[in-house]
Amino acid sequence: MAYLDIKNVIITSISAAVPNRIVKNADYDWITEEERKQVIDVTGVEQRRFAPRGICTSDIAVELTQSFFKNSKWQRDEVDLLVYVSQSRDYVLPNTACLIQNRLGLKKGCMAFDIPLGCSGYVYGLSVVCSLLEAGKGLLKKALLIAGDVSTYDLNYRDKSTYPLFGDAVSLTTIEYKQNAEGYITFNLQTDGGGFDALYIPDGGTRNNFNDDTFIDKEISPGIWRNKKNVVIDGGRVFQFTMIEVAKNIKELLTFTNKEIEKVDYFFLHQANKLMNTTIRKQLKQPDEKFPFSIAKFGNTSSASIPLTIVTNQKPIANRQVVLSGFGVGLSWASAIMYQPSLEILPLLELNYE
Amino acid sequence: MQPNLEDFISKIEDEFEEIKPGTLSPSSSFREALNWNSMNALIIMAIITSEFEVVIGPEDLKNCDTVQSLFDFVVSKLSI
Repeated sequence: MAYLDIKNVIITSISAAVPNRIVKNADYDWITEEERKQVIDVTGVEQRRFAPRGICTSDIAVELTQSFFKNSKWQRDEVDLLVYVSQSRDYVLPNTACLIQNRLGLKKGCMAFDIPLGCSGYVYGLSVVCSLLEAGKGLLKKALLIAGDVSTYDLNYRDKSTYPLFGDAVSLTTIEYKQNAEGYITFNLQTDGGGFDALYIPDGGTRNNFNDDTFIDKEISPGIWRNKKNVVIDGGRVFQFTMIEVAKNIKELLTFTNKEIEKVDYFFLHQANKLMNTTIRKQLKQPDEKFPFSIAKFGNTSSASIPLTIVTNQKPIANRQVVLSGFGVGLSWASAIMYQPSLEILPLLELNYE
Repeated sequence: MQPNLEDFISKIEDEFEEIKPGTLSPSSSFREALNWNSMNALIIMAIITSEFEVVIGPEDLKNCDTVQSLFDFVVSKLSI
């Protein structure tokens, strides 16, 4: 098992930003009113936020991070590490983290790179940032972890299996090295690439480059039209995977860390589908109030979903024992248990684009 | 939890508004009883996981037609 047990690191803040445009599933006229009602009931998604075409994840990330610098004591030249977790990048080359380093005016002595994971990406990104800070033993002091996506870019309005699910959001987490820090974070990270095609975009990589066929919409089944640059989801397989793996991963982490599940105050799960998360909660035999949601107002926001849920619920999680769990595209899944007394939850930033 | 066919039927009837209580029998086709779609498949998968701690995948679900066959799947997994 891939466990990481991190000390000497503190998570100091979590913030998130969303574009102001709201798209409601009650207005989704590609499907019947009855279907709309069932989609909203089962997935829990009432509405999402859409970034206008041309606004990249990095644009939202830069505004969010500028806002953080403006309101904090952090100096730009103190940032030694920038990690950008996203599946929506500005260019095929280079990594978007390099562009963000420049736009934020961070020093050249700053490590910066991308982690192109989705639903599991926040927990994976935290594990990488925390590990590097701990390995640096104080040589790397401050880090920015940006996680999020403009997922709506790859949706097809005529695909009822994906269009109502996703929203756009970006998060920022600030993390520092601190020797003998009070608090901890421990991870359990997993992968099964055998399920890669349960959730993927077929064209645009070197396996299937863009071709004459890529952007032609085709009917896959009734109500499902898409092209090969649109995201494909096999909902049944993804559901099966989460039922088998997610609660198990969390239970293994609790056993590894010798923690009792009753003493976990909150579980922040990736927000993919309300029915899925309710079923995971039942598998864990824990009460509803320990599982804050953001899916109703923001949909599935990819790697931003866990921090967005933390920000929009404003639960007092510093001084609490908290589990985070991300799962999906890859297939990739990971959870973390943490106690972070220095953590500050900042208010949601709404960006007006129109 | 020991599975009981009557309880299993009640659970399915409770979960779906379109099925009137008392109308589903072991030989009923659950696809015919429901206006079958991918959302209903997820609901059936969720009921089975929540109630019996058994995971039914989409392929296994395709092989089931009647309520009895779904129940038999659950029993077969629990007896392993």
